[in-house]
Amino acid sequence: MFGLDKKHTNLLLLVAALTMLAPFLLNPFPEGSGMAQFNAGYPDLMQRFVIFGIFAIGFNILFGLTGYLSFGHAAFLGVGSYAAMWMMKLLTMNVIPAITVSIVVAGLFSLLVGWISLRRSGIYFSILTLAFAQMSYALAYSVLTPITGGETGLQPKIFDPRILDGELASGASPKANLFGLEMTSSFEWSVGSWLFTFNVGYYVAAIAMVLSFYMAIRIFNSPFGMMLRAIKSNQQRLNYTGLNAKPYTLAAFVVSGMYAGLAGGLMVAMDTQVGAERMFWTASGEVVLMTILGGAGTLIGPVLGAGMIKYMENIMSKINETILHQWFAFLPDGLEDFVVTLIYPFIGKGWHLTLGLIFMLVVIFLPGGLVEGGQRIAKLFKGKKPSSDTPDGKTTPAE
Amino acid sequence: MDAIILQILNGLDKGSAYALIALGLTLIFGTLGVVNFAHGALFMIGAFCAVTLSRLLSLSHTIIDDTQKDFLGNPLKVEVPYVYDLFGQSAGETIIDWAVPLSILFAIPVMVAIGVIMERGLIKHFYKRPHADQILVTFGLAIVLQEIIKYYYGANPIPTPAPDVFRGSFDFGAAFGLTPDTIIYPYWRLVYFGFAAVIIGGVFAFLQFTTFGMVVRAGMADRETVQLLGINIDKRFTLMFGLAAAVAGLAGVMYTPINSPNYHMGMDFLVLSFVVVVVGGMGSLPGAVLAGFLLGILESFASMREVLEFLPGINQIIIYLVAIIILLTRPRGLMGRKGVMED
Repeated sequence: MFGLDKKHTNLLLLVAALTMLAPFLLNPFPEGSGMAQFNAGYPDLMQRFVIFGIFAIGFNILFGLTGYLSFGHAAFLGVGSYAAMWMMKLLTMNVIPAITVSIVVAGLFSLLVGWISLRRSGIYFSILTLAFAQMSYALAYSVLTPITGGETGLQPKIFDPRILDGELASGASPKANLFGLEMTSSFEWSVGSWLFTFNVGYYVAAIAMVLSFYMAIRIFNSPFGMMLRAIKSNQQRLNYTGLNAKPYTLAAFVVSGMYAGLAGGLMVAMDTQVGAERMFWTASGEVVLMTILGGAGTLIGPVLGAGMIKYMENIMSKINETILHQWFAFLPDGLEDFVVTLIYPFIGKGWHLTLGLIFMLVVIFLPGGLVEGGQRIAKLFKGKKPSSDTPDGKTTPAE
Repeated sequence: MDAIILQILNGLDKGSAYALIALGLTLIFGTLGVVNFAHGALFMIGAFCAVTLSRLLSLSHTIIDDTQKDFLGNPLKVEVPYVYDLFGQSAGETIIDWAVPLSILFAIPVMVAIGVIMERGLIKHFYKRPHADQILVTFGLAIVLQEIIKYYYGANPIPTPAPDVFRGSFDFGAAFGLTPDTIIYPYWRLVYFGFAAVIIGGVFAFLQFTTFGMVVRAGMADRETVQLLGINIDKRFTLMFGLAAAVAGLAGVMYTPINSPNYHMGMDFLVLSFVVVVVGGMGSLPGAVLAGFLLGILESFASMREVLEFLPGINQIIIYLVAIIILLTRPRGLMGRKGVMED
């Protein structure tokens, strides 16, 4: 189906089903129960899952396939966001033109950056992309303030032109919409003590993610994708066979830049504001973490990684000392305090520490990320010896 | 003229910090061939060594002083640091005042130990892995180290003042017969520059004039041959990692009075120091030092008002711009050696 073989069709259908049913799946605990804080089924967080999923899928097309480690991808996300915001300010609050323009602008910007950065490889490429991203960040913060809003960032204002939209009703504020359907509006359905929220913005972003995932599968299976893998495994040999690797890597770079632009445009569509901090290099570092954690070079890995990091960021960071004491209340007093002091540094505000540790462990022991971990566990249960149909190339770390 | 001298001086202290961190990075890269993204974290830990020592020295106990009365007429409770009991009041005050310079003595063993543990415990296993893996694992380590510091010291910057003697500024104009009050420079920044010069000179002298340094240089040039001569080069390289960590740590210790340390100061410096290393040439120690000072001074020139009127915002991006130009025109950097990390 859709030009995919059976295995990949199933994967695509699975991802589509998971994203469409996310409001149910992420809200397994009834409201008001002690476990309700683990519910992730609220629109803001679900939107982040899919948007960062798109970002990581795009990053993976560059890093997972070609092995070029870019430390400046957040710049494309930021540029896409600014472009989308200007479309909303000048043309219309409809999200379709905004997102389209964000993809195009991010693509053009990544063409420029990629054309220069791809003259070098290895660590030099990482530093070059990092330098470009930091430059964009610094410029967005200082000189380009008329375009980027500097420290305050950009928001839609009542007196913006918005050529295609009519006059706003008095007292109304401009809201991002899809042909009149507002992004923030949601439909709530309560069943018993469960409350499920279906948010328009989430579904727009989710459809975008399923489409990007489909595109990624097609790229992975195309001759183009094969060429990118060849670049990763041995660029020199490719050169000796008379092929120029540069156009392929540049194409991969631009495609992944466009994915980042799409993510940036969607971010603006969900939450109509943009600031320079989303271009800072730590934001680029975050997408690297997501991709590696999930499994670079695999299809589903980056999405998993993005989901896991965003879940930790939003859910784990909320757990404070009081909640911990409640959990371990069944233990004797002294032991309870001891366990709580032992665990406390790792959760709540310290979730970054856990993230760093997990990340290190993954890089050290599981270069293929969570996906490889899952495969190993599955193999363990099947009790099969490592079969020869999984080539070594699948788990070798990206270079 | 005055303005030019002032900008050069302003560039020196930042340049010293860049040069020291870049020197350590290059030492690690040149000896072990590892790209260490946790080096900024080592700089940060050094700074927190100074914070720790000044807190340790100020540890105090309360005594009741009968000679003084508080406003209710009761005997006054006075906090007395333990160092007063040990060394007497005036010596104790001096010791607390000099906490930052004293931290140098405290930081060296701590940083060498951290460096050696890091190399033996983690980095050792990454020699054969690709550079991307080394970057990633040390990036993870940097996050972990910085979060540990954040947990114990909080997220706010901790002011750690320099000794009283070094407060105030030095008037270059008056000292060298130029117009007074035009070139004023804080004493501590001069101290920092002098300190950096001593450390850099020390590292170079150590590598150049000792047998140990000679073996290390030989190992950097051709590791296998040195091993074939029956020398345990791994042990020496481990010590060099400790030395590089100590250099970064000392740079951090002395930087605390200039900028109050916070947990993410390392990351802020790391990106720039990598740019410095690449500009100087991967694996070239003089290149790292030269590029550090050069970029520091360039940055301070770019912040001059005259330049900013002409090219707004150039001070924010000058370093990156120079790095991009250098990387594209001189692929080996300013003083890079042939055959080191060329691809």
